[in-house]
Amino acid sequence: MDFDKEYFNLGVLDTLSYKNTLIHRLDARTKVIATFAFIVTVVSFPKYEIAGLIPFFLFPAVIFSLGDIPFWFILKKVLVVSVFAVFIGIFNPLFDTHVMYDFLGIPVSGGWVSFFSILLKFFLTMCSALLLISTTSFPGICHALRKLGIPEIFISQLLFLYRYIFVLMEETLRMVRARDLRSFGKRGQGMSIFINLLGTLFIKTIERAERIYHAMLSRGFSGTIHFVKRDSLRKGDFLCLSITGVVLYIFRTYGIVSLIGKQAERMF
Amino acid sequence: MTHHIIDFKDVFFRYPDGTEALKGVSFRITHGESIGLVGANGAGKSTLLLQMNGYLLPSSGFINIGDLELTKKTRQDIRKKVGVVFQNPDDQLFMPTVYEDVAFGPLNLGMSAERVIDRVNSSLQTVGCLDLREKPPHHLSGGQKRAVAIATVLAMEPDILVMDEPSSDLDPKSRRYLMRLLKGFKHTKIIASHDLDFILEVCERCLVIKDGRIVADGTVSDILTNQSLLEENNLELPLSLQKTHIMDASAKGGLLPDPSHLHSDSINRETGMATAASETCGVMEGTLK
Amino acid sequence: MHMSDALLSPAVGVTFWAGTLGTIAYCSKKMKENLDEKMIPLMGVTGAFIFAAQMVNFTIPGTGSSGHLGGGMILAIILGPYAAFIVMASVLTIQALFFADGGLLALGCNIWNLGIYPCFIGYPLIYKPIVQKGMSPKKILVASLLSVFVGLQLGAFSVVLETLFSGRSELPFGTFVLLMQPIHLAIGVVEGFITAGVINYVKAARPEILESIAEMRPLSSEIKVKKVVLALLAIAIIIGGIVSWFASSNPDGLEWSIERVYGKPELPEHETGIVALLRAVQERTAFLPDYTFKKKETLKEQETTGKEEVASAKGEEAPRSDANAWPNVEAGTSVSGILGSAMMLSLIFLIGYGIKAIKKKGAKRRNGISHPAG
Repeated sequence: MDFDKEYFNLGVLDTLSYKNTLIHRLDARTKVIATFAFIVTVVSFPKYEIAGLIPFFLFPAVIFSLGDIPFWFILKKVLVVSVFAVFIGIFNPLFDTHVMYDFLGIPVSGGWVSFFSILLKFFLTMCSALLLISTTSFPGICHALRKLGIPEIFISQLLFLYRYIFVLMEETLRMVRARDLRSFGKRGQGMSIFINLLGTLFIKTIERAERIYHAMLSRGFSGTIHFVKRDSLRKGDFLCLSITGVVLYIFRTYGIVSLIGKQAERMF
Repeated sequence: MTHHIIDFKDVFFRYPDGTEALKGVSFRITHGESIGLVGANGAGKSTLLLQMNGYLLPSSGFINIGDLELTKKTRQDIRKKVGVVFQNPDDQLFMPTVYEDVAFGPLNLGMSAERVIDRVNSSLQTVGCLDLREKPPHHLSGGQKRAVAIATVLAMEPDILVMDEPSSDLDPKSRRYLMRLLKGFKHTKIIASHDLDFILEVCERCLVIKDGRIVADGTVSDILTNQSLLEENNLELPLSLQKTHIMDASAKGGLLPDPSHLHSDSINRETGMATAASETCGVMEGTLK
Repeated sequence: MHMSDALLSPAVGVTFWAGTLGTIAYCSKKMKENLDEKMIPLMGVTGAFIFAAQMVNFTIPGTGSSGHLGGGMILAIILGPYAAFIVMASVLTIQALFFADGGLLALGCNIWNLGIYPCFIGYPLIYKPIVQKGMSPKKILVASLLSVFVGLQLGAFSVVLETLFSGRSELPFGTFVLLMQPIHLAIGVVEGFITAGVINYVKAARPEILESIAEMRPLSSEIKVKKVVLALLAIAIIIGGIVSWFASSNPDGLEWSIERVYGKPELPEHETGIVALLRAVQERTAFLPDYTFKKKETLKEQETTGKEEVASAKGEEAPRSDANAWPNVEAGTSVSGILGSAMMLSLIFLIGYGIKAIKKKGAKRRNGISHPAG
């Protein structure tokens, strides 16, 4: 978790989210609801399901291409965060050893099947989360959540958080670099220096909050933040949501893969 | 037009920790004047500015802005007349997009949605940043942030514009653009700055503050050519005025830096108006989207 | 550690989301009463601070490995429990979106695990009482260590429970616990030191900061022990209900742990009532598609491969039959499954690629016609 690299990644995703493609133009509510429905559907498959998950790759494929999102970049991010899931999942083959399938002569235990299922689910769910943020600006997501019922206090401070992450990360970056340039090997990176760094950063944060508050007062702030009303649900959104819902239902209920497979088998 | 007058009468201010930052400040600013406020660090410039929109209230003395005397009750109203642009634009741009930042003030004034949209568009147009409307502030360059910060204040249509170190952190092109912009404003302007050349260009009158007191109050040409006065206040002659002095000194064989950059700076100033090209927001005249 | 979507079942995920959203609503309501105007920018910026702080690494003394800050406890101490929970939820939301940390369904669990325990148990029940009797640096250190420790242990244990109830992992309860708790013990010690360190630093350098923020908190931020106990009881009852439902329908996963706790594989008192009701709901609405759908698919496969004996079992009830839902060695189905998967994937790939190609062509056409703009 190199600070520089994380900051860079954050910036790339953030920049991507402001693009202008068909997917980007959809209302944020549509995308949030669709993503959630997708994740819940994928996750609802039982332990040993593999084939049923395959059709779901259609969703990321379409969004990657329509939304102009760089595939390898997202893939790398998914790989980086797969540690926990893989770490826990790998125990499945160890504990579940009853044989489930006979794969071209090799017996495959249930544990491996469920592990693979976990991997597939992981890939699908992680992709959908990253694709959501790549195709929807964070403020857009916040406004969507607000319109969907999340309390305004939460949303207001969330927007501030987002706004100042970049400012604070740059400040932190400067301090971290200064520390690193003056520490040789690990000597300067100990806990006490870290605590000093955090303490200073915190004090600067509070002072900044003070200045921001002053700026808000100077422009007439009197307690509530007024949000610009921009209602943007269009026909495209409803169409998109309905199609998504129908396709998710079909994929979940019918074993498309085995149908295709059986047809193919009969043909050959 | 009494409602555009700023009047400080014997203003004292002491911070909670005991520091006396203002020790009897008095001056009067009338409508349309553009004032430069200069002084050493710690002389009280920032404290003075913070009094202008009531963030700080005087410990004693009176401040009248327009027809209102500055008190806790009136400061909300005074803030509608006085727009303050802070030194650090990151503190001023706190909304997720430029649009929402500029709309913040008008929305707080209770304007209708259509009027808000108009105000936002015209303010952004004035500073040449209309195409940045949907951008988040952290995607903007320093000059762009500075311009948008000014727009956020302009959107409230204040009568008086107060600015704290507006040209710091700006590259020369942006700085040039800002100068041009400010010279075009009809507001009463109060600009605190170390950039004496900036003040020389933009302001007509100059106040010098030292140890919490106004020690000089005159025209810009009087004050900013008074070398001894300036040096007493940890300042020096504006660089553009120093050129002639340096040329003289080098003729006498002294150790001096190469003054040729000053020479080209003065050329830029004369032709700068015509080539204030690619303004900070990247919008050429006539190609607004 | 963060919970992951892939290890969750919809039931567990949605349940914890409900809990988290309810808590967010409660905290927001509490904050609205007597809200100091400065709180909102303060909360936002402090959240950004925690976020940035989490990215700085440092070497842990003695081990040489690097560690990171969690932040729940520091937030609770500085901002008070209600604001802290909201800020923690926000930070985790950003992490879930930008760093794919855990996933969006698991976000509900993660906010719960990393937010509820420090804010509503660690802070009011441990930190505050200790520090109430005098705020020496030592007291702060002890209070921080204890409250962080408890918070993290509860959080880690929650991850174990969530994974267990989801039934996607084969990791037995005991092993998982033995894995998670010690690790979080170590993390807890480090975080406790950091928390105390930062608080003490700020107190020494600028004591008025913490005081002025404390004044800004909503007046009713005193959390009484009674309230917490009642809330915990309510949660325990709900979890108990879910546990029993799962116990009767998924004996394999929970048998081991239930047996350990109760000495029997099932909880007979709950057989009727809650469980029967849930089962009825399940069959009618397929809210938890897990078992119903699995049955349907298995039956399809079994029909086509001619195992008619099992098909007749269709009439039997219950998801208790999860054991029957496993096909035995099915050579036939695996081939068609693989073939079908390969074809499906190729189709999807073609669709994606095709869309991109069409877009490129469209862009080329557009660029060719327009004049070079300024």
